[in-house]
Amino acid sequence: MSSIGTGYDLSASTFSPDGRVFQVEYAMKAVENSSTAIGIRCKDGVVFGVEKLVLSKLYEQGSNKRIFNVDRHVGMAVAGLLADARSLSEVAREEASNFRSNYGHNIPLKHLSERVAMYVHAYTLYSAVRPFGCSFILGSYDQDDGPQLYMVDPSGISYGYWGCAIGKAKQAAKTEIEKLQMKDMTCRELVKEVAKIIYIVHDEVKDKSFELELSWVGEVTNGKHELVPKDVREEAEKYAKVCTTTTSHSFVFSMAFL
Amino acid sequence: MAAATAMRFGQLSSGSDMAPDWTTKEVSTGTTIMAVEYDGGVVIGADSRTTTGAYIANRVTDKLTPIHDRIFCCRSGSAADTQAIADVVTYQLGFHSIELDEAPLVQTAANLFKASCYRYREELMAGIIVAGWDKRRGGQVYTVPVGGMLVRQPVSVGGSGSTYIYGYMDSNYKPNMTKDQCLRLVSGALSLAMERDGSSGGVVRLAAISETGVDRQVILGNQLPKWSTTGYIPYCLSKGLEIYPTV
Repeated sequence: MSSIGTGYDLSASTFSPDGRVFQVEYAMKAVENSSTAIGIRCKDGVVFGVEKLVLSKLYEQGSNKRIFNVDRHVGMAVAGLLADARSLSEVAREEASNFRSNYGHNIPLKHLSERVAMYVHAYTLYSAVRPFGCSFILGSYDQDDGPQLYMVDPSGISYGYWGCAIGKAKQAAKTEIEKLQMKDMTCRELVKEVAKIIYIVHDEVKDKSFELELSWVGEVTNGKHELVPKDVREEAEKYAKVCTTTTSHSFVFSMAFL
Repeated sequence: MAAATAMRFGQLSSGSDMAPDWTTKEVSTGTTIMAVEYDGGVVIGADSRTTTGAYIANRVTDKLTPIHDRIFCCRSGSAADTQAIADVVTYQLGFHSIELDEAPLVQTAANLFKASCYRYREELMAGIIVAGWDKRRGGQVYTVPVGGMLVRQPVSVGGSGSTYIYGYMDSNYKPNMTKDQCLRLVSGALSLAMERDGSSGGVVRLAAISETGVDRQVILGNQLPKWSTTGYIPYCLSKGLEIYPTV
């Protein structure tokens, strides 16, 4: 779907004759160039998984994190321009912190995602600035609202989800997510499925090595968003590797009969 | 504080007896206010006397002010200050509730009161009890005394008349009371305080707030529970005389 918006795509303050704002669409393309991030909401929490491509063997392990802590009970997984995402995570942190300071309790995730989405949208209105080139998934868990999952894209809309994916393999990831019965699963079961989905959608040919970043928030962490502990992550990766190698073997097997 | 300096000036000038004290004193809701939590809501109560010095400016005041559908505040201290703060918080809470598209929490209202009372503590004289019902934590009572502290309590009393009923509350309040027990406790305590405190009197205003709504009532002088047998009201009742309102 590559259309040239000649002349109408130079600034975010211009509509094209067919009613599109090309700058915002180009920003969404920037997200599609980045590697995949998924978030899934289950019965008792939310799990994030990010396929973090490792561009150099010299990188320290765990650097360039793509999952941020926005508040004690809120996590944010991003895809797109990492610098834009980092700046937005600071915006989200300030919103959550100011809310608690003014009103005395945790910010409800729906409200936080609306506020950050409003901020992102503001950058799509003027020619003097460019839209943010990142999408992000917000997830939280608290006693009153339970698990919540929201996604914000560069146009400044936010939607609530049971499961969503952003980045280059988002279509394939969405297909895998739709196969899950997440409403009946617990976080522990879901962590393994999230790892498996990231391994499935990872393209071995185009991208070489990757680090799997996993985080969760839910009853299992007492409402605190944190990276999944080492032993749980290793178990999840082992399960993911087993599932992906068996499927690829069966693919080769069926090829031989054709 | 503003009230203290006004009183000192009053003493200086009233030495000449030219101006009555109610021309110089600030309007105060002298007051007795209280709030009690029960399972399913809260019961709040207040007297109805507003004074400027020794003159009773309003003998039928309503000190139970609605902040939102299921959240009220009981006001004591300066009448102007508490009205102004309540107006500000009503605005802030209404806006917040529309933004969230949800009924506001009592805790949020209490924090908004605290924010104003603490920030402007040097200029204000306001002792406020915030009480109400929300679907997350049921009935709650938060007290924001002079100075701007915030603390949640199952029972709270405030105002100048509250000093006379601490003993009564300590001995008669038990946790897990029913709504009717709370109503009787509050009306009994308030009428006790109103009999002893010169700055409290008039009628007893009560409100019971729960999920289903707000139920308000007024208890007039002759219907109040009687405490002393030698006081004016018991005397009138025993003689079958009409109780002319002296409040």
